[in-house]
Amino acid sequence: MSDSILLTTLDEAMRWGKGKSLWPFTFGLACCAIEMMSAMGSDYDWARFGADVFRDSPRHADLMIVSGTVTKKMAPRIRRLYDQMAFPKYVISMGACASAGGPYVRGYSVVDGVDQVVPVDVYVFGCPPRPEALISALKQLQDGIVSGKVKH
Amino acid sequence: MEDKVIEVNFGPQHPSTHGVLRIKVKLDGEIIMDAYPVIGYLHRNAEKLSEMGAYPKALIYIDRLDYVASLNNELGYVLSAEKLMDAQVPERAQWIRMMLVELNRIASHLVWLGTHGLDMGMLTPYFYCWRERERILRIFDEITGSRLLYNYFAIGGVYSDITPKAIDMIKEFLSDFGSKLEEIQAIFAKNYIYVKRTRDVGKLSLEDALSYGVTGPLLRASGKKWDLRKNQPYLYYDQVNFDIPVRQEGDVYARFQVRIEEMRQSIKIAQQVISKIPEGEFYNKKFSKPMLVRLKGTGDSYVPTESPKGEYGVYLVGDGSTIPYRVRIRSPSFANLSALPIMLKGYKIADLTATVSSLDPVFGEVDR
Repeated sequence: MSDSILLTTLDEAMRWGKGKSLWPFTFGLACCAIEMMSAMGSDYDWARFGADVFRDSPRHADLMIVSGTVTKKMAPRIRRLYDQMAFPKYVISMGACASAGGPYVRGYSVVDGVDQVVPVDVYVFGCPPRPEALISALKQLQDGIVSGKVKH
Repeated sequence: MEDKVIEVNFGPQHPSTHGVLRIKVKLDGEIIMDAYPVIGYLHRNAEKLSEMGAYPKALIYIDRLDYVASLNNELGYVLSAEKLMDAQVPERAQWIRMMLVELNRIASHLVWLGTHGLDMGMLTPYFYCWRERERILRIFDEITGSRLLYNYFAIGGVYSDITPKAIDMIKEFLSDFGSKLEEIQAIFAKNYIYVKRTRDVGKLSLEDALSYGVTGPLLRASGKKWDLRKNQPYLYYDQVNFDIPVRQEGDVYARFQVRIEEMRQSIKIAQQVISKIPEGEFYNKKFSKPMLVRLKGTGDSYVPTESPKGEYGVYLVGDGSTIPYRVRIRSPSFANLSALPIMLKGYKIADLTATVSSLDPVFGEVDR
């Protein structure tokens, strides 16, 4: 009995640790990448929320922010980068293009949303979303991880 | 071990490719023998989608070409469409356009400067540049209601008038941006390592630049005094005073100097414009909002403009209907990128990031 109580509390501690120490992946695709950089820049400074260690290698990172239009040429590379990331891993789909094709949905070379390639945890609307929206998505993801609703 | 040349892939995911560029590099030891840029990872049919809707509807795709300088892109399209339709634009609208375009040029160069710093291993200038850029974006937010992609210029004028609050914000920004720019410039120019890594790196001679169709700051850094604002004035650029910065060296450091000096000239232009904005209408009544989707054009038109990257223009062909028959975009980044192999040949692999970032490529524009 006492073992199980210890286990659940340890689990909770692990989830809290996972949620509050996300390392995002420097991965810019298009316009939204500029707003992602604004969110990590001086004014919005999302280091406040414990996700400021931007990593250039997928093997170091555990949060992929898909920021921009996913084309048919890029989609296999995104899947490959996602596969290279170590568990636990999470994906934020930033902007209309990554979520559903956006204004380019009628194009012949555009994938209608990155969720056809990798599993997405949080969608952000907007074209491009303001940095506040991205920070709100990050908070949502963190809360989801801590409460156990989001599993890698 | 006769054949020592190895082929290395750079990108499409790499922090210093400014997007999704892939370069196939042939290396002999650490000397670059040949480089071959592979593009198309962000090809999203901007031209074809623009040909599917009415004339003003193309603006949202034009916005997203060079997404750090949207207003400069819109200007090229709008001027071309107005020439196609013989539209008269009120003076006030033209001056507003001119001021915002110059502010956006500063914002675009600041993005370049910050990311160039990141590529060269400096994190500090990124935060300095973004602090100043956010001030410009707040001005645009006040005027156009959007931070990054504005859809503000319309055929026959602009969508909304400029507010007194925005004018105060612009005046405040212009009054002290010059000193902030000096501060940022000092971080680079007084850094021994930065200067060492960029002097005599990525050289492009004037003949090569001209034969590859290189324009903008790269051409001016190679020694050609060519700026469309001066040589083929559009809007009211013939009524303001400014200089064209030129350097003869043609290396990465010269491009840095040219871009910094261009920002100073943009401040100068914007200061003159703000004292010259006349009262009056901000759009042509003939092109009111319900009329915009019914505009018809016949013939063809092309107006070259000087975007932060170089010569930008949209070649429009109208067949008399409400939908453009052809929208051909002349994007400066694409032409500039084609000269990359020349700039890289013979240099070391460590110089590659400096050279690529000195081009300031934006892939919305390269791949379209």
